[in-house]
Amino acid sequence: MLHKKDLLGIRDLEVSEMMSIIELAKDMKPIVLGSGSRLDLLKNKSIITLFYENSTRTRLAFTMAGMYLGANVVDLGIATSSVQKGETLADTGITLDRMGIEYMIIRHSMSGAAHLLAKNVNASVINAGDGANEHPTQALLDLYTIYEKKGSFKGLHVTIVGDIAHSRVARSDIFGLVKLGAHVTLAGPGTLTAKSMEMLGCEVTTDMKAAVKNADVVMALRIQLERQKGGLFPNTREYSQLYGLNEETFAYASKDAILMHPAPVNRGVELMPELIDSCVSVIDEQVTNGVAVRMAILSLLSERRTRI
Amino acid sequence: MKLCIIGGLLINPKTNIEEVTDIWIEDGKIIDIGENNQCVADQIIDATGKWVVPGLIDIHVHLREPGFEHKEDIKSGCAAAAKGGFTTICCMPNTNPVIDNECVVEYIHAMAAKANGVHVLPVGAITKGQDGESLANIGKMVEHGICGISEDGKSVMDAGLMKKAMQYVKPFNIPIFSHTEDHSLAGGSMNAGENAQLFGIKGIGREAEEVIVARDIILAKYTGAKLHLAHMSTKGSIDLIRTAKMQGIEITAETAPHYFTLDDSILGDYDTNKKMNPPLRTKEDVEAMKMALKEGIIDVIATDHAPHHYDEKNVEFDKAPFGIVGLETSFALSYTHLVKTNILTALELIDKMSAKPAKILGIDKGSIEVGKAADITIIDIERVYNIDPATFVSKGKNTPFTGMTVYGEISYTLVNGNIIYQK
Repeated sequence: MLHKKDLLGIRDLEVSEMMSIIELAKDMKPIVLGSGSRLDLLKNKSIITLFYENSTRTRLAFTMAGMYLGANVVDLGIATSSVQKGETLADTGITLDRMGIEYMIIRHSMSGAAHLLAKNVNASVINAGDGANEHPTQALLDLYTIYEKKGSFKGLHVTIVGDIAHSRVARSDIFGLVKLGAHVTLAGPGTLTAKSMEMLGCEVTTDMKAAVKNADVVMALRIQLERQKGGLFPNTREYSQLYGLNEETFAYASKDAILMHPAPVNRGVELMPELIDSCVSVIDEQVTNGVAVRMAILSLLSERRTRI
Repeated sequence: MKLCIIGGLLINPKTNIEEVTDIWIEDGKIIDIGENNQCVADQIIDATGKWVVPGLIDIHVHLREPGFEHKEDIKSGCAAAAKGGFTTICCMPNTNPVIDNECVVEYIHAMAAKANGVHVLPVGAITKGQDGESLANIGKMVEHGICGISEDGKSVMDAGLMKKAMQYVKPFNIPIFSHTEDHSLAGGSMNAGENAQLFGIKGIGREAEEVIVARDIILAKYTGAKLHLAHMSTKGSIDLIRTAKMQGIEITAETAPHYFTLDDSILGDYDTNKKMNPPLRTKEDVEAMKMALKEGIIDVIATDHAPHHYDEKNVEFDKAPFGIVGLETSFALSYTHLVKTNILTALELIDKMSAKPAKILGIDKGSIEVGKAADITIIDIERVYNIDPATFVSKGKNTPFTGMTVYGEISYTLVNGNIIYQK
């Protein structure tokens, strides 16, 4: 059960809300895998995706999730929309609202953009990534994947490595994992990690091996070259050699540790190809789970909309 | 026509008076203070149970005219000032065109003359077009009545040019206001720190402010200019000012009500009405600011009244302009958070909101004495209410204080003996 009209971040989600999404995602997964029949929970409902930033996985996962639930899904092609004529986000939202669209999925380069949209519309807004703030549905699919593989969060050691400072994925994952009782360690170069992130309830280090040691889950993050003004590390060669995750570093993790990555991966930069394609990697399964989790979220928001 | 304000508690810091008395006004001037059996009043204002104080002076206001009349104009800004108890306001030069020559100064005088009578004192730019490259027509603007110079909205980043400005302005004996922000260190949308981390918003470090505070104190020390530091927000700035004052460097400093009432923990809802520059800092800074007011490290409470249109604020947090309105909430917030809490006495508060600003500007205002112009504010300090932007007469409704319970409401505002605002 979800308490609010919108899903804007993990920061304001309760443990019970996260768990109900994860539990429902489990039931949805067979549909994504083709072994269950599609549903009509969102029949006659309209969903729109508004992606002010590029995306393959997230946008299509929402699109497929909506279709598997029987909804009509359209995309506002930002590049060919009135956004290019300078229409504000609030006005765009109000316009879509008046067309009877009940679910708006937004990705935007600025923190709080989803909150702004939610304030201006009656539709349910789902944050598909806002600036360096949050990417809650990515975190939920990560949490579901971890839960599926490990069975519980309590006392689990999760290590997140790479470009933490620019990562909304890391922030949402940290919020969720800490609430669910996992130990979270962050590692990366000094310019891409911040000691102040410890206030989120995790540990921060620049020592990769120490960070990975005994981890049950190792999550690598993409170096967000597009979000960097430059100069945060010398070059990708040095980065991959000092902070890239390879088999040698991964060997420090616990025996049955899993490797995750929100993708797309910069192959050979933050993750070495031999690791990406090895059996410890669950990166491809995250994609499937991503559709299941978004189906669960849409279903629960629709249940909440009928309830009110 | 004689006007008499009877039975109010006169609070006049300049003469250190705090007593219940009557004030007699004729031809715009105060003609007597105290019981007067010879006089017969044509009009009486019963101020029993209320404060009677010298008209408040706001040294830091953005009136937005010329150029941004959709945010505010001189008429609406003056109406907001009167409602907030202000009889004199200084308007900042970041208009379009910039106040950088005597023509724009005269335009402001002309528009103010059509408003409600609040004294509007223009502040001239330091550099031409606020481009940070060459000095504006400071001397000509002084001839036409500017009260100070400022680059408000940005810093003069070239230290050499700032030094020249201080040297040049000194003989004119007006203050130079410093907007302290090193542009190379700024660039975020809220205070850098734990809460910026929590909310995923790019931070503005306190060093952006403190570096320029330190620089300008040093420049003031060597040039002897009357430096006034605008909108101080950090504990570090306070420490720098304290040290400077202990060394006998003659500088003054202001803060605004939001810096001693709010901290950056409230930004989690991405409400752009809580976005201003400098940004809300931490609880520790808020406490430091209160102590600095008590100790006299901070001389003045100003509002940095910065109205914006609703549409301009109803955008993404990073995109929204900095600034909040302040004229209509300043006294109540200051009284509630400083006097009700025993941080300042009534005399000290009025000193920081009237007498001291007048002294910094070198104007004959900020005191209720016989022979002075009757700029007077009468305040019902018992009145309790919730702040509601719908009641603002300013065009700007951008306040972070919506719903906050405060004490103190302006009953009357008088300029030159004329009632320009009455509740």
